[in-house]
Amino acid sequence: MFQRFRENRGLQGFLLILPTLIVMIALLVIPLIMTVITSFGQRNADGGVIYTFTLENYWRLAGFTPEGWDDLYLRILLRSLWLALQTTIIVILMAFPLAYFIARAPERRRNFYLFLVLIPLWTNFVIRIYAWVMILRGQGVLNSTLGMFAGMLNLPFQPFDFYPSQGAVLIGMVYEFLPFMILPIYTSLEKIEPNLYEAAADLYANPVRTFFRVTVPLSMPGVVAGTILTFVPVIGTFVVSDILGGRQVILVGNLVQNQFLSARNPPFGSAASIILLLFTLALTLYYTRRFGLGEEIAAG
Amino acid sequence: MAELAVELRNVWKRFPGPGGEVVTAVRDVSLKIADGEFFALLGPSGCGKTTSLRMIAGFELPTEGEVFIHGRPMGKTPAFQRPVNTVFQSYALFPHMTIGENVAFGLQMKKVDKGEIQRRVGEALEMVRLAGYEKRKPKQLSGGQQQRIALARALVNRPEVLLLDEPLGALDLKLRKEMQLELKKLQREVGITFVFVTHDQEEALTMSDRIAVMDAGVTLQVGNASEIYEHPNCRFVADFIGDTNFMDGTVAEVDGSKARVVLTGGMALWAHIPKAVIVTPGQAVTITVRPEKMHLRPSADEINQLTGRVTDIVYIGTDTHYGLVLNGGQAIRVREQNYSPESRLLAREGEEVIVRFSVDAARVLTE
Ligand SMILES: Nc1ncnc2c1ncn2[C@@H]1O[C@H](COP(=O)(O)OP(=O)(O)OP(=O)(O)O)[C@@H](O)[C@H]1O
Ligand SMILES: [Mg+2]
Repeated sequence: MFQRFRENRGLQGFLLILPTLIVMIALLVIPLIMTVITSFGQRNADGGVIYTFTLENYWRLAGFTPEGWDDLYLRILLRSLWLALQTTIIVILMAFPLAYFIARAPERRRNFYLFLVLIPLWTNFVIRIYAWVMILRGQGVLNSTLGMFAGMLNLPFQPFDFYPSQGAVLIGMVYEFLPFMILPIYTSLEKIEPNLYEAAADLYANPVRTFFRVTVPLSMPGVVAGTILTFVPVIGTFVVSDILGGRQVILVGNLVQNQFLSARNPPFGSAASIILLLFTLALTLYYTRRFGLGEEIAAG
Repeated sequence: MAELAVELRNVWKRFPGPGGEVVTAVRDVSLKIADGEFFALLGPSGCGKTTSLRMIAGFELPTEGEVFIHGRPMGKTPAFQRPVNTVFQSYALFPHMTIGENVAFGLQMKKVDKGEIQRRVGEALEMVRLAGYEKRKPKQLSGGQQQRIALARALVNRPEVLLLDEPLGALDLKLRKEMQLELKKLQREVGITFVFVTHDQEEALTMSDRIAVMDAGVTLQVGNASEIYEHPNCRFVADFIGDTNFMDGTVAEVDGSKARVVLTGGMALWAHIPKAVIVTPGQAVTITVRPEKMHLRPSADEINQLTGRVTDIVYIGTDTHYGLVLNGGQAIRVREQNYSPESRLLAREGEEVIVRFSVDAARVLTE
C-alpha cells in the first residue's frame, strides 16, 4: 500500500494540492457560483432573494431601469476605472525611480531599503488610511503646516478642503499600493545582468539611451506584475473611498457593499460584482497578452 | 614595431576591499600592443587580467597611469565614447532584442543610416556564419552561436581594438578548439587588433602573436609564444607555461651567459643565464629544464649529466614520462618521445640512470 503510494506520482500531486483545493472550492468556487445564481434573482420585500432567472439587474447596471434611462452605475464603473488608471500611472512613476535606486545600491544596503518599504505594511490597512484623514482634514497636519508657513510669510491662509474628496481617495490609493509596485519592479531590475549595462555602454549608448533601450524594457515584467497588483485591487476596494471619500466618492466596490449591507438588494449587488469581476478579468487578460510576462517585449 | 594600437603606461588599479583594506588589482603595468596584433593577457585567476581589459574599455579608470588608444590618452573618457568594443565572457547579449537588433545596436547608437546598418549587420552575421538568424532571440541559440553573435555585435562597429574577456570560457573543449582557430582566422581577415584575456596557456600559445604573462597584478614577461616557452625569465612564467622541472642550487662560477651551479646534494651543471637575470657566485638560484629537453639515452658529448633513480614510468602513447629522484633528493620528470620501439625500454623502475641535457636547455632563474 505504501509502496504503491510512493510510485503513484499523480496521487502524490493530488495530495499536495488537496488542502488548497478544499479551501478554493469552499471559499471561492462555491461562493462564486452562488453569486452568479443570485445575480439572476430578484429581491423580495425584506431583503431576501427570490431565485428566478431575470436579466433585470444587469440591464439596470447598463442604464436601463424600470423608471427609464439612468447612467448612474455606468458612471460609477467609469469613475472606478479612471481612478485605478490614475493610481497605477502615479504609482509606476513613483515606484520606478525608487526601485531603480534600491536595485543599484550596494548589495548590503538593499535589504535594509526593502525593509523600509515594507514597514508600513506592518500597520493595519484601515489605521493607515485613517492616518491620512488626520493629515488631510480641515484642521489636519497638512493644513496646519501650510498655515504655519503662511503665517511666517504674513500671507492670508484659508484651510484647504483636502478631505473628503476624490483627490484624497487617490492619495490614499497611491499610498496603499506603492509597495506592491516597488517590489516587483525592484525584482526585475535586480535581475538585470550588470554586464548588459556595460555592453550598452560598450556599444556607444550613453546612460540615457541605455536606460530607455535596456533598463526599461527589461524591467517590464515587474511593471506588468505591479500593474496587475495595483489596478485590479484599486477597482475593487471600498475601504479607501469610504474613509477618504467621506461617502461622496462611490466606486464599484462601494456600490456592491451598499447593495448587500444597506440597500439590502443582494441580487443587484451580485450582478455588480460579477460585472466587476468580468471587467478586471478581461483587462488583465488583454494586458498580459499585450505585454506578455516579460521576455516577449521587443525594445522600441 | 608598427603603430601602437593600445598602450598602458604605468597603470595601477586599486579597489576598496570588503574589510576597508585596499586591493591592488593591477600594479604598475606597462604594455605596448601593436596595430593588428593578436595580443593575449594570460595569468591565473585573480591576477588582474579582466581589470586591465576593463581599463582599456573604460569600464574602470586607472587609479594611476594612463591608457592610450592609437596614441590618444583616454583619461576619464567614458566607455561609450571609446573606439573599442568588448566581447564579454557571458556574451551579455540583450535578451529582449532579436539577434538582428543586438548586432545593429552599436550602429544605431552611432546614428549610421538604416540601409547601411542593414547591410553591415548582414555582412557581420555572414562573417560569423549565422546569416538568417536575425529574427531569433539570443535564448534560442546555442552557447557557441551566442558567442559568435557577441563577436559579430562587436566587430560590426569596426572598432579600433577588440577586447575579448575569456570569450571561449563557457564552451566545451571541442567547440573551444574550433573557435580558437576560427577566431584567429577571423582576426587575420579583419586585421583589427585583438586583446584577448585567458587563463588557459595552451589557448594563449595557439592563438596569439604575443602574450603578456601576469601574476598578482604585475606583467612578468611579454613575448611571442616561443620566447615565453623557451626563454622564461622567472620561475612563475616557466611554471605557468607548459611543464617544467625546477632544481635548487647555488652559483659556483659565472662565464659570460653561462653559470656553473652546484645543486643541493652536490652534483653540478652548467646553465644558460637569461638576459633579464643577473647572478653572482654564491647566489642561491633555481634551475629550470623542460622535461622534453632531458634525455635518458647516454651520450658522451653532453656536459650536463646527472644521476638519479627511476621512481615511476607512465606510458602515454606518443611519449613516456619517467619520474626520477636525483642523487641529493630532488624530484624531476623526463619525457622521452616514442619514435622507435626501443624507446619504451630506456629504463626500469628502481634502476639507476644518467639524465643528460644541453646547457641551453637549462636556465638560471632568480625569482
Ligand atoms: N570591483 C572590484 N572591487 C574590489 N576588488 C576587485 C574588483 N574587481 C576586481 N577586484 C579584485 O582585483 C583582483 C583582480 O581581479 P580581476 O577580475 O582583474 O582578475 P582576473 O585576472 O580577471 O581573474 P579571473 O581569471 O578569475 O577572471 C582580484 O583580487 C579581484 O578580487
Ligand atoms: Mg577575469
